[in-house]
Amino acid sequence: MKIAVCVKQVPDTWAEKKLDGGDKTLDRESVDGVMNELDEYAVEEALQIAEANSGEVVVVTMGPDKATETVRKALSMGADSAIHIADAALHGSDALATSLVLAKAIEGKGFDLVIFGSESTDARMSVIPAMVAERLGAAQLTFANKVEVTGETVKIQRVTDYGYDEVEAASPAVISVVEKINEPRYPSFKGIMAAKKKPIEAVGIGDLGIDAGQVGLAAAASQVESFESAPPRAAGTVVTDEGQGGVQIADYLSAQKFI
Amino acid sequence: MAEVLVLVDHVDGAVKKVTLELLTLARSLGEPSAVFVGDGSDAAIATLTEYGAANIYVADDAELGKHPVAPKAEVLAQLVAEKSPAAVLIPSTTEGKEVAGRLAIRAGSGVITDAVGVDPDLTATQSVFGGTVIVKAKVGTGTPVITVRPNSTAPEASAGAGAKEAVSVSLSDGAKKATITNKVTEEKGARPELTEAAIVVSGGRGVGGPEGFGVVEQLADALGGAVGASRAATDAGWYPHQYQVGQTGKTVSPQLYIANGISGAIQHRAGMQTSKTIIVINKDPEAPIFEIADYGVVGDLFNVVPQLTEEVTKRKG
Ligand SMILES: Cc1cc2nc3c(=O)[nH]c(=O)nc-3n(C[C@H](O)[C@H](O)[C@H](O)COP(=O)(O)OP(=O)(O)OC[C@H]3O[C@@H](n4cnc5c(N)ncnc54)[C@H](O)[C@@H]3O)c2cc1C
Repeated sequence: MKIAVCVKQVPDTWAEKKLDGGDKTLDRESVDGVMNELDEYAVEEALQIAEANSGEVVVVTMGPDKATETVRKALSMGADSAIHIADAALHGSDALATSLVLAKAIEGKGFDLVIFGSESTDARMSVIPAMVAERLGAAQLTFANKVEVTGETVKIQRVTDYGYDEVEAASPAVISVVEKINEPRYPSFKGIMAAKKKPIEAVGIGDLGIDAGQVGLAAAASQVESFESAPPRAAGTVVTDEGQGGVQIADYLSAQKFI
Repeated sequence: MAEVLVLVDHVDGAVKKVTLELLTLARSLGEPSAVFVGDGSDAAIATLTEYGAANIYVADDAELGKHPVAPKAEVLAQLVAEKSPAAVLIPSTTEGKEVAGRLAIRAGSGVITDAVGVDPDLTATQSVFGGTVIVKAKVGTGTPVITVRPNSTAPEASAGAGAKEAVSVSLSDGAKKATITNKVTEEKGARPELTEAAIVVSGGRGVGGPEGFGVVEQLADALGGAVGASRAATDAGWYPHQYQVGQTGKTVSPQLYIANGISGAIQHRAGMQTSKTIIVINKDPEAPIFEIADYGVVGDLFNVVPQLTEEVTKRKG
């Protein structure tokens, strides 16, 4: 069984994120990059499925050279090899271009499963797994809090507003997993050492048959026109409870017509 | 006036409030039309008409309900090709965003997610990085596909023509590959859905344990609100994960958010910062959550919250 796990390097969630005043894209240089936290669950799920089915796990990432740190982390957790798509032309790519690049990198390589985290903590769109499934014409099994693989059959529990749906498909399938589906492992010292020797294939868009005009900021199908800091919230009233705190809040809620 | 398509969010024909918000918003952009996929359209037509739908496109072939996400995208893609609408508005829910993504590929359109407003020239407003930055963005290619967050517009009735038109779609092979074999409803009582609720009452580590959520739930019920939780509370297993508010949980934007025993970490604020009014109850006066409070009480939630609940019940009764 061959599994691709897609990971993304994102700004550390504790860092203040900024848009670049020039081209209005996320300023990734000024902050530390980490593996998108939800992708750790994806890597763990891929490793568990591979372990149970004598499979192979290939890490796939699209991002600047710096994203190698995130690739190494996935390799040190136990993935076997990686494909790193880095190309100056990709800067500012939107979801359409990103899904195209990932689909082209995955297509035709015989993957049974492609696993994603359900969203990135920076862009927070949650659309790439569905878009890659659409492009590959593969089954979409997204927002899983449970994945079961039996031979060719893949079953998930898809989290819904009311509980969950049981969804089933034959592989190949594109899966996305939610937080807490598993307990991501920490890379061991041995894993970190081994990762240094694992192959990372560097790929440019030309290798994928993609033309620079199809990706990047200039090709984006939507544009950021302007941005500004949100106006700070007006300072509120803070009181100390001296036995009447609940009543005081009720008075405030009455004045605001909530009750 | 060009048509603006609105994907109806419903459960067996019971239309969710966000649909009415989107129809109201669509009216300021063009002529609103509803797109209903699934069973139960008869129950929905009156409401959709009341909120201004000029046309109601109904795709109710049984096959469509058997597969997640893709059938809705394919119905919309067909309507985009046939009707050339000015834009497509979709509720910004997990499924809605996925539908938008697949539709964007099929229609060759740009997609904007999580809009909190859309101007008449179709510029979308987004609140990003946990509500700290406001972005104006516009789709430049194809028919704009925009997902809009619940509670972004106040729904207003204004009757439309409500002309029903049946739509039949033959699904692609890809759309049929994943099949829903069972739908499981987890008990959540009579409370409104977290992302749609006008009032959200949340509990954090300060509630001390699963029993502590009792006082949070009682306040939510007195106010007719939904219950939310911080990650510290869901991590500890005190409250189910689907109620987590924040960066890796739900994003909520209610009229009123009450944070009980929550410190206000940046990742929690990312999911609730755009709430209209924020009330905080926390025993630590230094807790960062007070920085975004409209009204805060420094005190023990086990004293303050039950008193508040009692007072709310009294004043409402
Ligand atoms: C990548 C990442 C993603 C994350 N995603 C999320 C997310 O989606 N949602 C989220 O919430 N967090 C998220 N977090 C975690 C976040 O950083 C905080 O750890 C978490 O929000 C803390 O929860 P808390 O405020 O309930 O707990 P604490 O920070 O421990 O705060 C508890 C508060 O309760 C108060 N308190 C205690 N007892 C009482 C009492 N009796 N009466 C009144 N007040 C009392 C204390 O003064 C304290 O302020 C994420 C973290 C990371 C790294």
